[in-house]
Amino acid sequence: MRCLTFAILCASCSWGQQVNVFPVQGNVSMIVGPGGNTTVQAGKEGIVVVDTQTAAAAPQVIATLRTISAAPILWVINTSVDADHMGGNEALIRLGGSTEASERARVVAHENVLDRLVKLGQARVADAASINDTYFRSPKDFLFNGEPVMVYHMPAAHTDGDSIVLFRRSDVLSVGDLFTPDRYPVIDLANGGSVQGLLDGLNKILEMAVAGKYQEGGTFVIPGHGRLCDEADVVEFRDMVTIIRDRVQDMIKKGMTLDQVKAGKPSRDYDTQYKGSQDVFVEAIYKSLSARKP
Amino acid sequence: MSKAILLVLSTLAIAPVFAQVDFSGEWAPLYHEDAPERLPGPELGDYTELPINDAARLRADSWDADRISVVEQYQCRPHGSDYSMRGLGNMRVWRDIDQATQRLVSFRTHMLAWDSERTIYMDGRAHPPEYANHTWQGFSTAVWEGNMLTITTTHLKENYMRRNGVPRSDQATVTEHWMRHGDYLTVVTVIDDPVFLTEPLVRSDNWYLDPGQHIGIFGCEHAPELPKAEGAVPNHLPGTNPFLREVSEWYGLPYEATRGGAETLYPEYRQKLNTYKAPPKCDRYCTCTTLFDCNLR
Repeated sequence: MRCLTFAILCASCSWGQQVNVFPVQGNVSMIVGPGGNTTVQAGKEGIVVVDTQTAAAAPQVIATLRTISAAPILWVINTSVDADHMGGNEALIRLGGSTEASERARVVAHENVLDRLVKLGQARVADAASINDTYFRSPKDFLFNGEPVMVYHMPAAHTDGDSIVLFRRSDVLSVGDLFTPDRYPVIDLANGGSVQGLLDGLNKILEMAVAGKYQEGGTFVIPGHGRLCDEADVVEFRDMVTIIRDRVQDMIKKGMTLDQVKAGKPSRDYDTQYKGSQDVFVEAIYKSLSARKP
Repeated sequence: MSKAILLVLSTLAIAPVFAQVDFSGEWAPLYHEDAPERLPGPELGDYTELPINDAARLRADSWDADRISVVEQYQCRPHGSDYSMRGLGNMRVWRDIDQATQRLVSFRTHMLAWDSERTIYMDGRAHPPEYANHTWQGFSTAVWEGNMLTITTTHLKENYMRRNGVPRSDQATVTEHWMRHGDYLTVVTVIDDPVFLTEPLVRSDNWYLDPGQHIGIFGCEHAPELPKAEGAVPNHLPGTNPFLREVSEWYGLPYEATRGGAETLYPEYRQKLNTYKAPPKCDRYCTCTTLFDCNLR
């Protein structure tokens, strides 16, 4: 069991919640904090970070990061527009080789992330300013620390700017909020998300992941929030979203209104397992399906 | 130092520090308990003896057996370590001894089914943090309670409590009590599952020592077996599963009793079954007590 090698390193936890680091596989580790999970790939060339958590958590994330490596951060990848995935960008960029605009860490996100941030204006200006490397053709890839790092766009899933990152040699996927094993996914319709896009993204993750013997281990999957997972855990989550989607679709076909669908509690056999608002989740599915053209 | 003291010290040195029973050996399962469920497999809709909540009941009602064929990731999915003790398959147990101290570090098990291997730590180590990955076998530690080994397992992957879709969550804690009586081993398993149970599920299984046993290779390779729509997950919409009443009709049981729940586990529930009449003759799995006599009729 991989847990045998676990290490718990708590940075100064002055804000009440611990930030811990967990070695995953190969060159990849996971930093677990209240703002979610940060993926770290470290080596001789420097550090790649996927998602930077919140601005408030940045000092603890940095302190924890430095228990892994003292090397400069040269790449930051943001998996979505969410503030809890990029709020620490500004702080972490300062750990790069230089703060000069032309030399500082590359901050990668899908171009839709930047578009959304620009539309949000002053409230997210710092996050918008931190991004200096948008992409629109998927996958974007680069070789770092001897490892291919591949960034795939997952259209219209949690949002319309979602990315998942494959560390091809370490065999680790960092998938952001497409997958949150202990809570219902947020389908952010206002930022371009959709239930079918979410399912397409989850099925893409299953296509990319290769399980070890008897469906265990192999490719590890770091979720946006929650514990370290592998393909079998993504299957459970994908099944949950699919089954609830099927139920809501059936209720829509029967002509039920949103209130009637909510009253029918189509997620009731999952509500004891997944945190978050079932009503918000069901409403997002309903609106997402209702918005689709026949 | 006198010879007498040396003798006492040497005796102490080879005596167990704690109560010790060695479970090492090849063990074959006995199926006299719950044989129809464990050998041919449970009937669809049979939730008897399970203190499940409404969520578990609907999850099981929605389960479509096609899922284990259509969804490739289910084809080679092993039992959880809790279900392994009930399922088909023989077991090997051995000990890991620390060479420097000669202390028992762990018991290890190998099950025929899916070649599942498990380590039961005896060295007092802590369980992993909550953000660690989960496995089919989970993370097990154990302590002696007299001559009984009590094992605590966490970090299990989500799996089934019964192989007809009744789920057991990844938040469950499983406690086992291993008791050896000569060549027999009794394992009592207690599942605490805050997601799907209203009270702990307690089950027992028995094994006998079979030194000549040879456990072969299991082997499994997933492959597409049926054409399917991309991402399809077979499931029954609520209220549409046509198979749920079969078990009550076949065995002459009140439908409500087959739906499980804590109330149905206790003797007082019999008062609600006053109208129950056993079928005139057994018609299904009538002689099912061993691997070789579980024919349907």
